Amino acid sequence: MSGPNTDYDPVEVTPLKPEEVEAARDAALAAIAGAADLEALKQVRIDHAGDRSALALANREIGALPPQARKEAGQRIGQARGAVTQALAARQAVLEAEHEERMLAEETVDVTLPTDRVPAGARHPLTTGSELIADIFVAMGWEVAEGPVIEAEWLNFDALNLGPDHPARTMQDTFWTDPPESGVVLRTHTSPVQARTMLTRTPPIYVVCPGRVFRTDEYDATHSPVFHQVEGLAIDEGITMAHLKGTLDHFATAMFGEGITTRFRPSYFPFTEPSAEVDLRCFVCRGVDSQDCRTCRGEGWIEWGGCGVVNPRVLTACGVDAERYTGFAFGMGIDRTLMFRHDIEDLRALFEGDVRFTTTFGSEL
Amino acid sequence: MKAPVSWIRELVDLPAEVTTEALAARLTDLGLKLEAIERPGDQITGPLVVGRVLTMEPEPQKNGKTINWCTVDVGAANGTGEPQGIVCGAHNFAPGDLVVVVLPGGVLPGGFEISARKTYGHVSAGMICSARELGLGDDHDGIIVLPADAGDPGADAFAVLGLDDEVIEFEINPDRAYALSLRGVARDAALAFDAPYTDPTDRELPEPDDAGHPVVVDDPAGCPVFAARTVAGLDPSAPSPDWMVRRLTQAGMRPISLAVDVTNYVMLETGRPIHGYDADKVRGALRVRRATAGERLTTLDGTDRELSPEDLVVTDDSGIIGLGGVMGGATTEMSGTTTRVLVEAAHWDPVSMFRTGKRHKLSSEAGKRNERGVDPTICGAAADRVVELLVAHGGGVAEPGFTLVGSPPEPDPIVLGGQLPARVTGIDVPVDAAVRHLEAVGCTVERDGDTLTATPPPWRPDLTDPFDLVEEVARVVGYDQVPSVVPTPTGGRGLTRSQRLRRRVGRTLAGAGCVEVISFPFTGPAALDALGLPADDPRRRTVPLANPISTEEPSYTTTLLPGLLKAAARNLGRGAAGVSLFETGTVAFPSDAGPAPIYGVEWRPTEAELEKLYDALPAQPLHLAVVLAGERERAGWWGPGREAGWADAVGLVRRLAAELGVALTVRAASLAPWHPGRCAELVVGDGDDQVVVGHAGELHPRVCQAVGVPARSAAVELDLDALLRYAEDVVPGPELSSFPVAKEDVALLVDASVTAAEVEAALREGAGDLLESIRLFDVYTGEQVGEGRKSLAFALRFRAPDRTLTEQETGAARDAAVAAAVARTGAVQR
Ligand SMILES: [Zn+2]
Repeated sequence: MSGPNTDYDPVEVTPLKPEEVEAARDAALAAIAGAADLEALKQVRIDHAGDRSALALANREIGALPPQARKEAGQRIGQARGAVTQALAARQAVLEAEHEERMLAEETVDVTLPTDRVPAGARHPLTTGSELIADIFVAMGWEVAEGPVIEAEWLNFDALNLGPDHPARTMQDTFWTDPPESGVVLRTHTSPVQARTMLTRTPPIYVVCPGRVFRTDEYDATHSPVFHQVEGLAIDEGITMAHLKGTLDHFATAMFGEGITTRFRPSYFPFTEPSAEVDLRCFVCRGVDSQDCRTCRGEGWIEWGGCGVVNPRVLTACGVDAERYTGFAFGMGIDRTLMFRHDIEDLRALFEGDVRFTTTFGSEL
Repeated sequence: MKAPVSWIRELVDLPAEVTTEALAARLTDLGLKLEAIERPGDQITGPLVVGRVLTMEPEPQKNGKTINWCTVDVGAANGTGEPQGIVCGAHNFAPGDLVVVVLPGGVLPGGFEISARKTYGHVSAGMICSARELGLGDDHDGIIVLPADAGDPGADAFAVLGLDDEVIEFEINPDRAYALSLRGVARDAALAFDAPYTDPTDRELPEPDDAGHPVVVDDPAGCPVFAARTVAGLDPSAPSPDWMVRRLTQAGMRPISLAVDVTNYVMLETGRPIHGYDADKVRGALRVRRATAGERLTTLDGTDRELSPEDLVVTDDSGIIGLGGVMGGATTEMSGTTTRVLVEAAHWDPVSMFRTGKRHKLSSEAGKRNERGVDPTICGAAADRVVELLVAHGGGVAEPGFTLVGSPPEPDPIVLGGQLPARVTGIDVPVDAAVRHLEAVGCTVERDGDTLTATPPPWRPDLTDPFDLVEEVARVVGYDQVPSVVPTPTGGRGLTRSQRLRRRVGRTLAGAGCVEVISFPFTGPAALDALGLPADDPRRRTVPLANPISTEEPSYTTTLLPGLLKAAARNLGRGAAGVSLFETGTVAFPSDAGPAPIYGVEWRPTEAELEKLYDALPAQPLHLAVVLAGERERAGWWGPGREAGWADAVGLVRRLAAELGVALTVRAASLAPWHPGRCAELVVGDGDDQVVVGHAGELHPRVCQAVGVPARSAAVELDLDALLRYAEDVVPGPELSSFPVAKEDVALLVDASVTAAEVEAALREGAGDLLESIRLFDVYTGEQVGEGRKSLAFALRFRAPDRTLTEQETGAARDAAVAAAVARTGAVQR
């Protein structure tokens, strides 16, 4: 610090004495090191590197020195000021880092706090399940066909070779609109969509029809008057049961995993001839040591649906040239498929609308 | 169909090593589906032996009961050869009788372990068994007394009782009616194992003559064959033989009396239903005809029935005595005093049988067979078999005469290409193999080059088409031989636009916190009343169901809200603080163009015919509904929760419209079930093409109360099909200006009844092309603006595509906007 210039000597002014410069430098460095925070450092900067600081004042007096002395003094003071500036910068960086660290520490929150101000939504597993199935078939080059749920009796039955005296046409299974002579029913299967497709399109036809169907079943853990089916229909030249088997094997594998295929057993459906029941290899036990398997009840196979070669009578009724084309069709319950895929015990859980059930499945299956 | 394995083996000489499982599995492969294998002896562990009662001493007890202290010879089965002392509570036996004894160490059904125990002052070393204790029936009146020739004391009783006989239960498909008989099951078993087969209907028959009971058939189409025989001198008290009782029981039929049991037994054996009349009650010739309108009959179930002219009836001189092939009448029913039986084995038209059974709601084992089709050639053989059994076990004599009227219909030959089986199944089946397989199932095949003419056997009336024969070939070859080949369609077009958009609707709503629900689409007046729908509301005009599940909900629904509200109330009742639910589903509005015609199937209906069919169907739009009830945002560490309200409902629709690229206009409206002052109608399209697609807002307080959801719950219902029609398809890319934006705020005082949308629309129109966006940012009501007035503050952003706007330009545009609002809504600028 520069005192009053009482003893002026133009050659050797006190501030320019080496000891004085050193002292001012040391005082500055000590103050910098002692600055506890950015606020203190700011004051130190004013006191020791500001315009009124000893070194700044000394610097100003250099010009008054004789030329020989000027260089030496300039060097000395320059070094001192450099040391102070450096120290200031270093201390500034340290204190800034400390400050930031402290600030971030203070701003720490508990990130595990709940953030679900709006509860999560979810789509219904039957919707996402139907979409999954549709996607599997779309990937094979098929299309998704749709039709009305309230359907003409002719399309639901007659066109599908379920003649007027077929047991499925009695009141036991079918919801009829009133009066029953109206010729209008709640569709008992998605097959009328197949009929509609054949009536409106020319082969080749490869369509899959997921949708809601109705039967007058009791409502219990495994039956529902309202349920969902997916049916497939392929009409092309040279279609055989082998194509049916290949399609269902592919479907099974895509839906249930590698190695899960199907088997056929002879069966009867008016719509198809030959007809088969299709069983799915149990995807839990895979047919190995099945005795204790809950999913297939020890069978190693799960009854999945019905299928067959489209009866030529159906092709004819729907305007397809039965001499030129053959086709296959299959159908299975989506609800049931999801029940065993997801180990759902009670079918009614799908229709109760309990959000605790549905949100389990999220928005995709 | 339940088939005892011993009975199958009686008709087909299966190798001994074929297990019941293997037999059932092979028959399943052939189309007779295994349901279950029953093993009656499964729950019993021996020693269970034949015993001969040596002595029995009745000992009255203090409790009023009398027990019998018996000694029973069980041969060497007890290890000593000494008589076994057993206490028995039954009295239906005598010394010398053969009985069934379970010795100590044995276990009876239900895990009931037998040990020597002290009772009534004796050590009872075992038990003399009743049928119920062995799980063989409900008969608990007494113990089983075996026939005198049942076996020696000490012999294993499992075989004697048939406990070691397994029963396979099959599910028989409607086309395989032949398998509703042991004859048919055994035939397929023979096919499966290539084993020798004995047809039980292959009998030496007497020549038909006129000496038997006279029969006249007036309707040969309804009854092509009618065979009749008579057996006289029957002992009405003669019991059915044990083996017959056992087999009937195993097959699931209840033994009743010898005459009835024999007819049932022959039906199970041959598949041909038999009717027995008490011959002494029949007056004159039997006659088969159709009923005439108004005729009545009391069937043997005691029901008085009005007959239809389609019903086939059997008459005698007294009038109608039976519904042919379906059920006999009460007047000629066999009873406990019947000594003369007139046996009828007739072939009936299956369609008639089906219709009569359906009309009179009669289903029986006989009806099931008659309506699916029985071999018409075996009437005589079946009647003969009945006679044989009645004579053998009832002590009767066959009266002379064998009446046989009519002749069985001939099966039509089917012509098919020999390659058809291979072409349809994808299995490599050479033509000669196809011929062989068809012959194996009983067809007679003529081959001319590659063309086959196959005549089905009489027991296969289901075989009428070439494809039916393909199935026969396939099942003989084995369905497991079908190769697996993925077909290669020539390129699909992916999902339709509507399908893609509907997925998006679901994802958008789920993303906004809504949970999807699937409800039953049925409704009724109570549910519509709860919504407060006025009497003339179109949603009250429903499609009624003839046979609804519940009388409360007799119709297909016109609105998704009742189902969703029910689900909301259920969730709240189960403890949820709030729920946001949505559903997409079909609703229905009746068509006046019905009824829907029913066409033939021999050719495709014409376009006009199809149009008529489609017009007769109800309109079935796909609806979307949302219900927001209770807490929409949860309370939490961030602060209090927030109840759902009208704005959430409208907001969801706006968000949806934005997602779908639909320009949506929201207008004030008033419609049940919404709060009349908090209901928005949702409008799409513009100009003359404006369509109201639905409504959103707060539910009417009375509706909330009626359906059990919190006050101020909100809802949306809209026609999704209609909304999607307005979704932009190909959206042109926008051109974005990089010149600076100019912002102007305007505050306008309007009457309280003026909607924000009206003011905004006026501003938008007045502002012109320079307007980039407009947004309402404040609504103020209060003293400063006066009673019945409100202040709306809008932020307007202006931007030009090609230049920086000057203050003058911006100001002019703002002034024009305000001027339009003033002119159209009576607004005053603040
Ligand atoms: Zn399993």
